[in-house]
Formats: sequence, structure tokens, C-alpha cells
Amino acid sequence: MEPKKHEMPSQAPEVRAHNFNEVALGYSMETAVAEAERCLNCKNQPCVDACPVNISIPEFIGHIKEQDFEGAYKVITRTSSLPAVCGRVCPQETQCESKCTMGIKFEPVGIGRLERFVADWHNENVKADPELPEKNGHKVAVVGSGPSGLTCAGDLAKKGYDVTVYEALHKAGGVLVYGIPEFRLPKTIVAKEVDTLNKLGVTVNTDVVIGKTLTIDELFDMGYEAVFIGSGAGLPNFMHIPGESLKGVYSANEFLTRSNLMKAYLDDPTTPVKKGGNVAVVGGGNVAMDAARTALRLGADNVYIVYRRSMEELPARKEEVEHAEEEGIQFKLLNNPVEIIGYDNPEDKKDPRNGDVTAIRCIRMELGEPDAKGRRRPVPVEGSEFDIPVDTVVIAIGTSPNPLIKNTTKGLEVNEKGGIIVNEYGLTSREGVYAGGDAVTGAATVISAMGAGKTAAAAIDGYLSAK
Amino acid sequence: MFKIVHRRSLRPTVTQIEVEAPLVANKAKPGQFIILRVDEDGERIPLTVAGVNKEEGTVKVIFQVVGATTTKLNHVPEGGYIQDFVGPLGNATETEGIKKVCIVGGGVGCAIALPVAEEFHRIGADVTSIIGFRNKDLVILEDEFRAASNRLIVMTDDGSYGREGNCTVPLRELLEKEKFDNIICIGPLVMMKFTVLTAKEFNAPITVSMSPIMIDGTGMCGGCRLTLHEDGKDIIKFACVDGPDFDGYKVDFDNAIMRSRMYTDFERHAYEETCNLFKNA
Repeated sequence: MEPKKHEMPSQAPEVRAHNFNEVALGYSMETAVAEAERCLNCKNQPCVDACPVNISIPEFIGHIKEQDFEGAYKVITRTSSLPAVCGRVCPQETQCESKCTMGIKFEPVGIGRLERFVADWHNENVKADPELPEKNGHKVAVVGSGPSGLTCAGDLAKKGYDVTVYEALHKAGGVLVYGIPEFRLPKTIVAKEVDTLNKLGVTVNTDVVIGKTLTIDELFDMGYEAVFIGSGAGLPNFMHIPGESLKGVYSANEFLTRSNLMKAYLDDPTTPVKKGGNVAVVGGGNVAMDAARTALRLGADNVYIVYRRSMEELPARKEEVEHAEEEGIQFKLLNNPVEIIGYDNPEDKKDPRNGDVTAIRCIRMELGEPDAKGRRRPVPVEGSEFDIPVDTVVIAIGTSPNPLIKNTTKGLEVNEKGGIIVNEYGLTSREGVYAGGDAVTGAATVISAMGAGKTAAAAIDGYLSAK
Repeated sequence: MFKIVHRRSLRPTVTQIEVEAPLVANKAKPGQFIILRVDEDGERIPLTVAGVNKEEGTVKVIFQVVGATTTKLNHVPEGGYIQDFVGPLGNATETEGIKKVCIVGGGVGCAIALPVAEEFHRIGADVTSIIGFRNKDLVILEDEFRAASNRLIVMTDDGSYGREGNCTVPLRELLEKEKFDNIICIGPLVMMKFTVLTAKEFNAPITVSMSPIMIDGTGMCGGCRLTLHEDGKDIIKFACVDGPDFDGYKVDFDNAIMRSRMYTDFERHAYEETCNLFKNA
């Protein structure tokens, strides 16, 4: 028995640090089959329970063993609408792979890599349109075209619902297109998944802001019998330290949106972004890693991750942290920013450099007693402040839910943080209105949003079937 | 795609377009804005709603040709299409309880100030409008303002039309003898800063309309953040969801002016490129 996962072929770090092409290149057919052979097909299938959308993992891996890749694809798509996306961005090490029986003695099976292989194989080799379900005559509106919305829309369309997705931006995909960079999730893959939904009969209306252009109540007036709200992460959080309004300080959302959605990563963009110099990214999640690696690819000399806890508490997906380190991102751990310092020419108030970021001042931290969640709380070391010279600062410390829908929907209850309150089936305090993803939980993962979209789709189906 | 059903040149560098966008027209109120993209891969630019025709389902916006995107927009003919037009975004100007108002518009900001003046006029408020321009050639919408105002004062910096001087001169004269329930000031940042200082001398309430750099316009990117002074503290507000109107006393104009210059070099370069593109065409 092969004790280790088959390695993922990747672009060399020194090469990929200067381009936006995908880092991980994907398994070959031979490697995929060999990796599939590592699956013990154990009886209790702990991986399935650990998957937020309960993909029948040993079953699809069984098909790979027999080189029946389309069979494997059909198993995955029974429960997952976006396999090519999940195979790339899911934190498998804390989900399916964390429970893999192989993982007790050896490395777990590379489930995520196999999922990606199957989805890519299908996209490459199968051109047939999906089978169209028989329409059941019910209309459902989905707000937001990110992972939760696309999943909910896909599941309902497969059951015969007439689904319309409303998207505020000019392009469908939500965080998959504005947030996650090209080198981790190529835009063509997202476009392909959206295209598959279109072929299932889902209509995507871009340029419509629910809560502004139309309200939830108006959607019901228009004949939709149920609404799913997957409006996603909202307003970016800031640290509320001096200097956050200087030129060159971005929220991660803005920095990544400029680069990804608005294509500032291309040579001749119409939307600018600051490139080059030294960049500090504050935060330790996947978004922070994405921002740091984007800054590097945009030509930065030095990129620092500034995080107030240690490597152990770093919440980003393990593979992304490893990739970032290989590429030369410098981790400034156990440091907390206290101020961002800007250029100020006292002689000349009109000096165009005034207000440009010159440094980020941090204080060193020590890990103290564990907090309520069991994470050791970082405590500042008095008098340990120091400056890191930087030109750009990107703040990646999470988001707070967007108020637009809450403010325009009577009777929609939200928690103290502004997240929409739902029951275990995704139902909100309003009849026929369901919600899921970051709009409910605050910033979380793509797959948990998909799980929520899936749960809500099943609940909407139950609700409208009984009507 | 959204059709430009009507196009009118107000000045060589100021254009008004009417865009077919029934959903936006159905909702848009004075003080709100839209975001448009001229073409695929284009930049998203916010423009304030300058008028609405609900029956026809059209929305009017006025823009000044200042950069690459507005140059491209200015080349889309009547009957042509633009890629995206989304809105209405931001909050409408507060009109409730206001019986006497002074509208102060500066330059192209007058395009935004006009629908606000018209709305106050429509609800029966007493409207005084002060509109200021650099010179006679840049004066826009004078007749429209006259129709919407009980009093209209036109100013030019060089005195080539109306009275000479900037808008704070007549505003100070008015405040010396009368009170307004609110002053609403829309124009360049520096002009708004000084208008607020003038109002402050008289302890007169004043609202300013902010239009910082933004991308999504729905509260996602945070690029449009402003620093406000509130209760002795600096707080961050997002112009797109918290504004665009703010209490003039609270806005940190110096910070807003500094942030507005973040991409000056890039914009100049992009504009020159685009200009050459059209020259060669």
C-alpha cells in the first residue's frame, strides 16, 4: 500500500510567482487511477459524513479505479453542483480527508485531487448537454450567484423548477469570480459551471441589486413562490487603527476585486491597482493568502503576511499556506498592526506623495490563555513596537453582513452581527424566504455555502411540493 | 445591454444621456446613483441620477469627459448600447420636514444638484439655488434650475457670467439674514469643504453629497470609505451604502481629497492612450 498521496504536479514556485496561471496542474489519468487504488472502500465511509454536501466518495473513487470517469462524474454531481470548483478550493484536510481511514496510519486518500480530476476529465471529454428535467411549473428566485446561490439554483433546476438568479455585479459567480484569483480557480472553470446551469434552464440576471433594484417582496409579486438569499459576504472589516484611510490601504475585497473581476492583473486594464513595492497583508485566512499571492504576482518585491497568532492558528487552507511559503511570501506571525504610517511633507501640503503608505507599525504578541473557542489568546508584548516598511497594506480580517436586504425586507430577522437568522433547513423568519452562505454565517468557506444552498434547495422543494 | 435613447451635449465636455433601464427608473430617487460599464472589460463608474422618466423607463445621467472611460462613453451614439447599468444605489436625499432649502451646486455637480432641487420644488419647499462655474462657457442647466427654484443665483469664478466669485459669497450673505432647514451642497471636494466652513460660521445645517472612487457600489469592496468625525472619534463609513449624502460637519474632507488622488497618474496615462485611440480611428 502506497503510504503517501500521489503528489500534485504544480508549476515551480519561482515560475508561478510571476504569472497568474493555475498553480496546481491536476493529476494525469494514470496518477488518478493509482491514487484511487489507495481507497480502502471501507464499510463505514467516514469521509461521506465529513463532506458538507455528502458526496458518495468511495463510490465515485470506485468508478475511477475502473477508469469509468464519466460514471464517477455522475456520482459526484448527484450531490454537488460545482465539482471542478470544489476539487480546487475545498479545505479537504479538515473535511473528508480528515476522516479518511487511510489517514489513521498513512496519508489520507487525495479525495479533493480526485474530484478535480473527474470534473476536469468530464469538462474536457464530454460535450453532451445535461438532461433537461420536466418543468414542474413552480418559480423560484435566487439572490446572488456565488457558491450557495449556484448550488441552490442547480439543485432546484434539476428538480424541474423554473429558477432565476439575480446578481448585483456584471458577471455571475460571486466570490468565485471577484475573490478567488485565477491562479487558484481559473475563471473559465467558473464560466463552465455557470454555463451548465444555463443549460439546465437557469436564467441569470446580472446588474440587479436585490434590496435596491428590486426587493424581496417584489420578487413574490412577480410570481416567485420562494426566494433563496445567498447574497454573500458584506462590508469589509477594518482594524480601526490610525492610518487606515491612507492611499495604498485596501480591503482584501477591493484589492482582489480590482485584480480579478476588473482584470487589473492583465497588462492593459481599465481599472487600476497598486503594483510592486512592499506589501503587507493583515490576516491569516484564505483571503489573506489570495491577496498576498496576488500582490506577489502583480510584481511586489516583498510580501508579508501579518497575523497576530502563530502558524498553528492560521485559519487558511494548508495547501495555500504551503504554496505561499514556497513562493516566498514572508510570514510575520505573532504581530499585530497598531498603526499605518504615511508620507507627510510638512513643507509642501500639495506634495503628491502625501498620504502614501510608508510603513506598518506592529506590536509583538505572545500566546496567552485559551479563549472560549480554545484558541490561545494573543497578548501584546509591551514596548515591542516596530515598523515594517511597506507601500501597500491589504486588510483581510473578514467581513460583516451586507445591510441592503435586511433594510428593505420587513420581518426578516437578523442576529446582532447582522447575519440572517435561519433554522436548520435554511428557512428565515419569513415564509418562503430561505438563506444560506456568508449572508447567514459571516465569512466562511465555499463548500459550507454550497452545503447551505443544497439544504435550502431541499427545503424549498419540500415547501413548494406540499403547497 | 442598455440602450442610450437620447443624447444631448450640454457643453463640449459635458454630456447628458438617457438610458433605457426600466427597473432602475422604477426605483430611482434624487440623490441616488447608478454604476455603468461602457463595454465588456470596461471600468465600473458611478454616476448620479440626473432625472427619471418612469413612463418611458429611462434614467438620465450627466457626465463630464475627464478620463478614458468617459471619453469612450461620449463616443457611444444615440441608439447605441452600453454594457451595464445598475442601480439605483445609495440612499435618496432626505427631504422630510424640510420647508426651506438652499441648494449649492458646483460645476458638473449641478447635474446632481438639479434633481434634488426639482424634488424639493415638487414637494412644495422654498428652494434657493446657488450654482457656480469656472466661467461662462461651463454654465449648464441654468433654465432647468430657474424652473425649479424660487430664487436662483448664478456665479462664475471670473465674472464672465452672473456674479463674480464662488458660491460661498452669496451663501454667506443669505445666512447673515435668513435661516434654512438644510443646505445641500454638491460639487468638487474643495468647494464642498469651503461651503461647509461657511455654513459652520452660522451654525447652519449642511448636507454634502460624496462621490469617491468605488467599484461594486453595494458595500462589498470598501474602496469608497470616508473618514467621519463623530463624537470626538474617527469612524469609517461607506459612501455607497451609508451615503452618498453625509452631514457636512462630520466629513474629513482633507482625507477624502487625498484618497481621490490615489490613481491620478494611472488615469492620466489611460486617458492619453484612449485619446490617441480615437485620434487614430
